[in-house]
Order: sequence, then structure tokens, then C-alpha cells
Amino acid sequence: MSALTSVEAGAVAAAATREYLTFRLGGEEYGIDILKVQEIRSFERPTRLASAPAHILGVVNLRGVIVPIVDLRVRFALGEPAYDAFTVVIVLNVAQRVVGAVVDSVSDVLEIAPQQVREAPQFNALLDASYITGLASVRQGEAERMLILLDIERLMAGAEMGLVDCAAG
Amino acid sequence: MGEISNAGLQGGFDLTQFHGVFFEEAGENLANMESLLLAIDVESADAEQLNAIFRAAHSIKGGAATFGFADVTELTHELETLLDRLRKAELKLRREMIDALLEAGDVLRAQLARHRGSASDSPDARDLIGRIRALAKGEVPAGGDGRRVLRVRVGPLADAAAADGLAELFRDIPALGTLEALDNGALSADGFREFRVTTASPDGELLELFSFHVAREQIAIEPYAEPAHTDTADGRADAPRSAPESDPGYGFFVDPQTLRAESAAPAAAAPAMQPQQSAPRRPAANKPAAAGSLDSTTLRVSVEKVDQLINLVGELVITQAMLTQRTRDLDPVQFQALLAGVADLERNTRHLQEAVLSIRMIPMAFVFNRFPRMLRDLAAKLGKEIELKTVGEATELDKGLVEKIVDPLTHLVRNSADHGIETPSQRLAAGKPAHGTITLSAAHEGGSIVIEVRDDGAGLKRDRILAKARERGLAVRDDMTNAEVWALIWEPGFSTAEQVSDVSGRGVGMDVVRKNIAALGGTVELDSAEGAGTRVTVRLPLTLAIMDGMSVGVGGETYIVPLASVVESFQLSEGMLLAVGGSGRVVKVRGDYLPVVSLAEFFGVPRDGSGPKDSILLIVEAEGSRVALLVDELLGQQQIVVKNLETNYRRVPGISGATILGDGRVALIADVAALVRRARH
Repeated sequence: MSALTSVEAGAVAAAATREYLTFRLGGEEYGIDILKVQEIRSFERPTRLASAPAHILGVVNLRGVIVPIVDLRVRFALGEPAYDAFTVVIVLNVAQRVVGAVVDSVSDVLEIAPQQVREAPQFNALLDASYITGLASVRQGEAERMLILLDIERLMAGAEMGLVDCAAG
Repeated sequence: MGEISNAGLQGGFDLTQFHGVFFEEAGENLANMESLLLAIDVESADAEQLNAIFRAAHSIKGGAATFGFADVTELTHELETLLDRLRKAELKLRREMIDALLEAGDVLRAQLARHRGSASDSPDARDLIGRIRALAKGEVPAGGDGRRVLRVRVGPLADAAAADGLAELFRDIPALGTLEALDNGALSADGFREFRVTTASPDGELLELFSFHVAREQIAIEPYAEPAHTDTADGRADAPRSAPESDPGYGFFVDPQTLRAESAAPAAAAPAMQPQQSAPRRPAANKPAAAGSLDSTTLRVSVEKVDQLINLVGELVITQAMLTQRTRDLDPVQFQALLAGVADLERNTRHLQEAVLSIRMIPMAFVFNRFPRMLRDLAAKLGKEIELKTVGEATELDKGLVEKIVDPLTHLVRNSADHGIETPSQRLAAGKPAHGTITLSAAHEGGSIVIEVRDDGAGLKRDRILAKARERGLAVRDDMTNAEVWALIWEPGFSTAEQVSDVSGRGVGMDVVRKNIAALGGTVELDSAEGAGTRVTVRLPLTLAIMDGMSVGVGGETYIVPLASVVESFQLSEGMLLAVGGSGRVVKVRGDYLPVVSLAEFFGVPRDGSGPKDSILLIVEAEGSRVALLVDELLGQQQIVVKNLETNYRRVPGISGATILGDGRVALIADVAALVRRARH
């Protein structure tokens, strides 16, 4: 790194800086790559699917496209899965599919540089650590808060999510 | 002809801008001519039909002359001469004439394709023109059966044996003619093989048959004993015989003055010069290509645009439904105008949706219509009598699927005709009527479209297939079930002419058929009974098909049951359901005991205790068996667009797809076939 001038170092950092959409699940704050987000909509009651896991609420009509809706709060047992006028759905474009994810609230779009991100420690949780790309610390005024960065594509396409037909089964 | 096109260009018109319209119209005219020819009764030809065929040929000629397509003009001119004598009853219609006219249609199509630039070469028409001339003079054409001698060059090939299939073809189909190798079975220096073919079949048919064995691009067919040549429009335009003006046949026209003007004048001037009184007599002829641009009836639009339209209209329907809901409680006196407007909006939106949805859908008739001609030619060549029956031509199917199913179906029908149906004498000996029947049917079933190709021919021979399979080194046992034996047909090893059935090899590219159908996400099954016939069932998923559905309510949820599978419905009354073996329930309907499936249980619908419960029995049928579905209420019938759940989700058992209801909600479509299977096992 010593060979790089500060300008060059800045350029490298800027190139790697990514924008994240942040949302809340219970008391936790998560961030996902904004490029995977198609739009944010208010919640509408989906059509229930028989024999679907509890976190898959059903399907909705999104301008003529049938889109499954996943409640991440149910999936990770975080927060109260209440559905009201303020419940939002993040419509994601992952693995060539359109999927809606229900969260408590959408907070912000933040730019996060690689140096803000720390590797997540191994822990036992409902959320498999392999879906977490890192923990970012975000400073807002005096306060500093932690953001859990998710690999939303892997999470949604994973076998546990039950959204995709698994090749094996 | 050359001068005419020049005159047109010198006149300051760029005629090329009208080419598209001409090709479109000529294509319609050719299709029209072909269907008329196929429908005509040789014994008692209807003057009106002959007139219609004449008009079609004449329209093509007029347009072709305008644009300077000399070869097309020449051939249609000969057709006109023959047809004119026929419609004036100066000649009696004969079978050879229909054959020649049909063949001329094929040649014209190829010539037009060449002018449009979509094909590089068109077949040589000289022999055909000679035959048509002879027929028009009332002679039986030279050679009696219209046989010609051709030089067929195949290559470049990697292996000389690749062309051996051609020889087999001629061995298997005696009516095709004869084939001799001109090269002792070895490749020439540049990798070509040459054959001398004596045949009565048109080039197009030969090409189609040959292409089972070698790629179409590798085949060149030309007349034998003439120096190799390539025809160009200019080359033939110079021939003096091609100038229609000098031909005495022209004297037959109703109004020679008018017609001469029409074919000789630049297109743009033609309509103006057309006297009014001749119009009713020749409606097709009085719209030369240039004027036709105004009444062109079709438009090519990309499928994405249509899909976008469908989705946008779906959004509109939802917005409209929301408006209707919001205005429902308004005072009808105070808001009379607004409410009337909302009602109009609702009606117009519905009509718009129906119209837009119908754009992508085309009936199966589009596919089926090509088979009468094919079978007629095939039957004549094979010396068989074949009747074609079609069922369910009106079944609508997504355009994309229709286009892709044509080739596999053609293969299957050809196989049925070639190897399924026996010769009349064999059939009579077996106690069957002399003419065989091939039935094509299409129907919506469950989440699929089922297309069947059925013949009442000889059927497959189990022991022969087993023997063949052993020879090919496939693992077979004598105690395999019939279904397992028939499945061997689809193995790649069974392709090309193998002696499986009576004539030659059922299995010409059957593995390819299966592969193509699998690529569409479909399945294909074969069932056969020796002596009774063979049935091939193709099942395709509905990617986007319109379906008539019955909406049923179950505990506040709405499901769609395909109307095609609904037999009847009735109110459930006390004591109708009978318990069997503890948990099973049956109902007696018209003397039959049908298993009962509760949709609420099957789909695990949560019940809140209000409203009617399991009060209606819906009898549905799939795959030949019936079950009774227990639902809460019937909500009505509607046409729905089937959407695939798997685009963004995965398969759900018992659900074949989803649709969007008028209010924007998603309703799931019950997979009746799966429900029936579940109930029966």
C-alpha cells in the first residue's frame, strides 16, 4: 500500500464503496446491496400457498408478475410479525427471480466503504453466518451503530428459504 | 418482363417499398389456393372454386409482373392458362392437374422466398411448366406419371456412408422412384457424393425426405444430363416464351384491355386505370400489390411488446377495480355522472383486457391445417389411403408454443402415415377398412395442453423392438411391461430406418422428437396395441394460455378449477357422503361411487367458522377418472390467464399455476390431474 499515493488509495476505496439499503428486523439493523433491490412497496395480503413454510406468506401480483413474499421476521424469529399500513415489502431481484421480503421498516441508503466492514464472528444463530458478509459500523453524529450486511442473493436462493426447487430434492 | 420493372423504376417509383406487402399478399393467396385445391372434388369441381383459384393465381401474377419477378410471372401465367380452361369447362379437371397445381404452389413459394432474400435458391420450374402446358393443352404430360431424372449432389460430407440413408429411403418407399449412385459409394475430392434419381416427387418433398439423413444445406438437386447451372430470374426472363403479352392464352380474359393494362402498367397507376365494372367479377384481382398497402390485414409485432401490453392492462384492471370499490358507497343521485363513468370504465377495461389477451393466442388449427396437404402427398406416394381427423382445433395455445410444436408433430404424423397405417390390401386382410385414419386432437387438461396423434394402423411389435434393443446393446428383459418396451422407441439408438414396424423404421428421429418436446418443458408418451394402432400423447405446460376457469371459494380463499375438467356440480345434502375404510369418503353419482376430496383439507385452508362449509360437490375428470371435490361455494366462471408459479417460486403440489383476479389478487389454479391421482391412490 505504501507505493500508492493517497489519490490512488482514495480511488480504490471509492470503487469498492457500495451502497446498501438498510432495514430493521426487530431490534437489529441489516444492510443489503442496493443493486439487488427492485422497489419498495407497502404490504398487501398475499395469497396463501398450500404446504409452504411459515415464513413464505404467499404470492402477490406485482404488475402481472406472480411474486412470492417472504417474511424475514418469521424466518429469523425477530420482532413481531404484525401487518399494518406501515409494513413494507422490499422487492428483490435475486438469482433471476423476483422475490418480496417483509421487514419491520426500511431506514436508509448508506454508502459503506470496505474499511468500515469487519468480519462477522462465528456464532450460533438462526441466521447462518455464511449469509453474513460482515458487520459494518456506521457513525451518525456522535452515535455509532452496527449494521449486519447480508448476502441477500445467497440467503434467498438457499435451500432453507424454500423459494427455489432444490436440484437434489 | 425486364422492361416492365425498368419502366416502373424509370417512372420514378421506388417499388421496393411495396415488396413486403406483395410478399404478404402472395403468401395469403398461395395458402388460399392450396386449401381450395385440397378441398376441391375432382369428379364434380365447382366453377366457383375454380374461379377462386384462378383469381388467386392471377393476383400473384399481377403483382409479380409489376415488380419484375419474371420466374413467378412465368409460372403463374401457365397456371392461369390451365385454370382458365378449367373454369370455362373446356377441360375436365384431373388428379394430375391438382398435383401439378399444388406443386406449382410450392415452387412459387420457393421463388418468392428467393426474391425476398430468405432463400438463396429456388427449384427449377422448367419441367413443371412443361407439364402444366401439356395439361392445359389437354395432353397427359410427357412420361405419363411426370417422372423426371435428377442429379442429386450431397455434401460436403465427412463420411461417404452418411449419404447411404438416401438409398435406404428409396428402398423403403418404392413409389418415390429410383436412386443410383454415380460415384461407386466414395466421396469425391471435395467431399461430395452424386446420385441419379428418377422420381415423380417435387423437389421440395425430396428435400424434406432427404433431410432426415443429411442437412438440407448439403443437398443440391438439379435436372440430370444437363450441364450444371444456376437459374437466375434474368436468365429466364430473356426466354422469348415467357412474355405473356404474346401468348394466345391471354385471349381468355374477361376484359383483355384492363388486364393488359394492369400487368403492364406501373403498379401505382393500375388502380386508377381499373374500370369499375370489372371489379365485382374479380375482387382479388383488382387490388394490385401497390394499392394493397392500405388494406394489408396483418402487422408484425414483437412478443415482448404484447407481453408488456398484457401486464399494463392487468395494472389498469386493478386500478379500475380500486376506483369501483372507492365509489361504491357514494350517493348515486349526487354522483350519478361519476358512477356512470366508472361503470363505463369497467366495461371498457374488460373488453380491452380480453382483446389484448387474445393477441398472443392462436388456435391449434394453425398447426393442424398444414397436415391435410402433407398427408395427401404422403398417402399418394406410399400408395395408402389415409383420412385425417382433427379434434379441438379451437384450443388456443400460446404463439411461442405453437411455433415450436410444429416440427415434432410433423414428425409424429409422418411416422404414423409412413409406418403406422398399412396398405389398403393389408388393412382389408386384417379386417379393417381400406382407409386408415390419423386423428389429431388437442385439449386443455390440468396445467397442460394435451396433443394426441393417433392412428389405427398396425401398431408396434413388441418382440421386434426387444430384438432390436438387444442388437443395439440396450439392457432389456423379456418380462418388461409394454410401457417399458414402448419407451425404448425414444432411445437414440432407434432412430433412422430400422425394421421395427412393417414398412420401415418407426423411430425416424423419435429421440429428436422427445428432445424437442422436453425442451418445451413437455412430455411425450407412446401407447400401442398390435393390430389396433398407436397413440402418441404430447403434454405441454401452459406458459401463457387462456383458460376458462370456475372460481370456487374455500374458507375465504379462491381457487380456480379448469372448466374443461368440470363435469357437473351440485349442492351437497345430508347423507350423500359415505365413509369407506375409516377416513375415506365416497359419493354416489349416477350409479358410480366417486372418491371425495375436500379442497379445504387438501390445501390446508384455515377456517374461521363463518360462511358456508363444504356445501358444494364439484365433479371433475382428468386422465379418464373422476373425483368429487368438496368446496364451500361456486363464485363464477371467467376466462383467466395462466401464469407460471415457478417463474419466481417453485412447484406447489396440487397447483398447476396461478392467475390474477379482476381485483388484482392472485388465485391459484387447482391441478385436477394431481387431485385425481391423489384421490385414486
